[in-house]
Amino acid sequence: MRYAMAIDTKKCVGCGDCVVACQTENNVPIGFCRDWIVENVSGSYPNVEVELRSERCNHCDNSPCVRCCPTGASHIIEGGIVKVTHDECIGCGACIQSCPYDARYSHPEGYVDKCTFCDHRLAKGQTTACVAVCPTNCLYFGDLEDPNSDVSKALKNRSWKVLAPEAGTKPQLYFLT
Amino acid sequence: MKTRRDFIKISAAGAGAATLGLSSLSWKGVNSLYALNDQGPVSEEEMTAHSTYCEVCFWKCAGWTYVDKKGNIRKIIGNENDPHCNGRLCPRGTGGVGMYNDEDRLKTPLIRETVNGKQRFRKASWDEALDLVASKMAEVREKHGPEAFALFNHGAPGSHFKHLFHAYGSGNEGEPAWAQCRGPREVGFGATFGSWIGSPEPTDIRDTKCLVLIGSHIGENMHNGQVQEMSTAIDRGATIITVDPRLSTAASKSKYWLPIKPSTDIALLLSWIHVLIYENLYDKEYIEKYAMGFEQLKEHVKNMTPEWAYGITTLDPDLIRKTAREMAAASPSVIVHPGRHVVWYGDDSQRERAIAILNALLGSWGRRGGFYFKEAVKVPKFPQPEYPHHKWDWKDNLDGKYPLSAMGITTELLRASIPEFNYKHQIKSWIVAGTNLPLTIPDKELFQMAAQSVDFIAVVDTMPMDITAYADVVLPECTYLERYDYIRSAPHREPSIALRAPALKPKYETKPSWWIAKQLGERLGLSEYYNYEDIEEVLEWQLNKLGSSLDEMKKLGVKKFPRKSGGLYLQDGEDYEFNTSTGKIELYSLEFEDLGFDPMPKFTQHPQPEEGFYRLIYGRAPMHTFSRTSNNPNLWDLMDSNSVWVNPKVADIWDIKNGQKVWLQNQDGIVSTFPVKVRVTERIRWDSVYMVHGFGHTNKKLTRTYGHGASDSELITNVMIDPMMGGTGMRGNFVTFIKEKPIEEVES
Ligand code: SF4
Ligand code: SF4
Ligand code: SF4
Repeated sequence: MRYAMAIDTKKCVGCGDCVVACQTENNVPIGFCRDWIVENVSGSYPNVEVELRSERCNHCDNSPCVRCCPTGASHIIEGGIVKVTHDECIGCGACIQSCPYDARYSHPEGYVDKCTFCDHRLAKGQTTACVAVCPTNCLYFGDLEDPNSDVSKALKNRSWKVLAPEAGTKPQLYFLT
Repeated sequence: MKTRRDFIKISAAGAGAATLGLSSLSWKGVNSLYALNDQGPVSEEEMTAHSTYCEVCFWKCAGWTYVDKKGNIRKIIGNENDPHCNGRLCPRGTGGVGMYNDEDRLKTPLIRETVNGKQRFRKASWDEALDLVASKMAEVREKHGPEAFALFNHGAPGSHFKHLFHAYGSGNEGEPAWAQCRGPREVGFGATFGSWIGSPEPTDIRDTKCLVLIGSHIGENMHNGQVQEMSTAIDRGATIITVDPRLSTAASKSKYWLPIKPSTDIALLLSWIHVLIYENLYDKEYIEKYAMGFEQLKEHVKNMTPEWAYGITTLDPDLIRKTAREMAAASPSVIVHPGRHVVWYGDDSQRERAIAILNALLGSWGRRGGFYFKEAVKVPKFPQPEYPHHKWDWKDNLDGKYPLSAMGITTELLRASIPEFNYKHQIKSWIVAGTNLPLTIPDKELFQMAAQSVDFIAVVDTMPMDITAYADVVLPECTYLERYDYIRSAPHREPSIALRAPALKPKYETKPSWWIAKQLGERLGLSEYYNYEDIEEVLEWQLNKLGSSLDEMKKLGVKKFPRKSGGLYLQDGEDYEFNTSTGKIELYSLEFEDLGFDPMPKFTQHPQPEEGFYRLIYGRAPMHTFSRTSNNPNLWDLMDSNSVWVNPKVADIWDIKNGQKVWLQNQDGIVSTFPVKVRVTERIRWDSVYMVHGFGHTNKKLTRTYGHGASDSELITNVMIDPMMGGTGMRGNFVTFIKEKPIEEVES
């Protein structure tokens, strides 16, 4: 099993609903976030293009954040989800430094936190909070090894890119272009 | 690499990225908004879910409020069975929790008092505050007649106060929804098809093949169902055509973006009509069967070629032709969207007429992928005596002006409050419920004069909005998550009802509006209109009549009913009578002609900015509902201020850098109270600037949002009034930049 997410940049409107839904679902304190929005503008008026996309941890196949963690708090679970065990985390921040996507933050209660792909919801057969809420339905989640999963189907029919492939982390967020 | 810890980051020109989702709030300030020491998420099984429908905007999406065992509202999730949201709330609805948690909420009734010559608010008991408001209402009733008491309102609280006012004997009520928002489109479409657009819009976007947006920024206006359907339409390969001087989010997703010169939309519309007619692209069968006035229209637009329009709009004539042909190819599954906030230049009803005519030529009204026939559940009225007759209302003050106004005109109620204007009937006092007039109504001076003129103002709100600063009495309302309201019944494809029930008891000493209105009614001797203990009794009675019950609705949240009015679309060749005087779609409006208005829309030039000035365009951000959400902690976290969008060429001329703060000064010399950050971006024309509406709050009690960003409303002093319906056109204002803090004038 290999969990992944596809984000359709042709549909995302940058509304931030995925950010608020994650905050309320996961009790992320206000002022912090596990997912966020990026807006890219290119060209000059009137030949301008805008790309909007929702980003979060890439749950990299080759994850520097896990490798550099001195206590083993950062680890990988079933389906390739990268997690942090809060009780084992000493808050040293090595992982924050090592992540090319700036996907982690220091939680005010002293540990490092990040996207979990809502594994607590997956365990119950639900999808992630951001996918469930997105009003434009532009997020696709699932198991890459299952050809019938939403994410596999989305990737089959569309062109896509990943962010910072040069970092070699094998990221698992795919941006449909 | 962009870091997400920079709140907004946009490069001066060309490629650049903005990162949203993190702000600079310090951890200390947020403890109360976060379930401390409760690291993990709580599963839905461990919480109770309470039916509600959202009050963060008028879309009224139904959902479930989840409360954990400790009594915290943890999240709000859309109701899967709701046609307004299909289980997905928008960011504002999801962030509705912040409305409940906001520590700045109004907590107790307040009464204005003067101590040593200084005015301030003091806390009061409900009895004292209600007695005072009721005594003022009784006094006005006696001295001037109940009509002299006016109501400004919006949303659910408004419905309870309208009932009170009707029972009391006043029909003087106004909502910004008419003259500051969608009035013109109802007039334009009403005259053409005999039917208002209404809310939610009956646009069949999910099945459309072509969606045309004119200044309507779906995706930034987060009208949930429409955003969802636009996304479905994108998936299905629909063509989107967007007309906007700004590369809006919708424009960025469009096949065609027409970067029009602002104020020239009617010329574009007429030239599209020209192409459809003179290239024989219109729906002939439909027009022949259902419409009148075609020949007059044909003659009218004879010379309005794309080349003619080019000189006015700056749009390439080929692009105008090409887009007209795209629409025709999709016909009748095409929507030229009426928009929502459409009070722009004072000829707005006529612009909406042109949009309606275009839709008629494309045969889209009553067609799949065009406009469907909407239907709502009729909720029976709880038994009560007839309302008393009122002797006059706002309409009698107009002296024949604005003959097509169908709802109270807020600005006219304000004028009637100012003795200097010598209106036949004077307004003496107000209740303002759920609408923040100072940031909603253009022409601040008019508002302030009116507020100073009236004898008494009571404000009902959940937050210390700017309007509360003008109040004599403030009545704190609880949020929608803590109260019942009337049943939601809004027109849609499938008629449905939804229940709003409290998830928790009202926090602080706040109360629901239905209770506040009832208390006032009883104090005014109007008990016969309040023939019930509490609103649950009314709801139960109504739901029983509809074959349901409170218990059932608490479990379902939403209940759908079968349609009774016939199909969603016209059948092939169906005989159909439109609700116009001729029973036909009126391409030539007899109603307008009778009233002395142009029976067919004409283009008129509007003033353009002088050198060094830029047209002020305003709009929405998806995470805010104007000024009402800007202090909401969750939504403030997503966007804590507006910015002013400036084209890089303009920024160069002024030597203004991205992120620099400037003050804006308008053509009448009005300077923004607060500075606003410049966003240098290629997304805006060089003759215009753009701002998100709803920021620049002046009430310090809104601790988060006070002083953040600038208010477009205060810069809108040139108001172009629509002579047909009283709409306040607000796009005729021009601003320039002030880079140094202006010296404040000191009153001597
Ligand atoms: S909720 Fe969906 S549309 Fe909105 S920003 Fe997130 S991914 Fe984009
Ligand atoms: S995105 Fe960053 S935090 Fe997530 S797995 Fe990759 S390196 Fe680690
Ligand atoms: S569109 Fe958003 S704010 Fe409006 S009612 Fe729906 S969820 Fe609430």
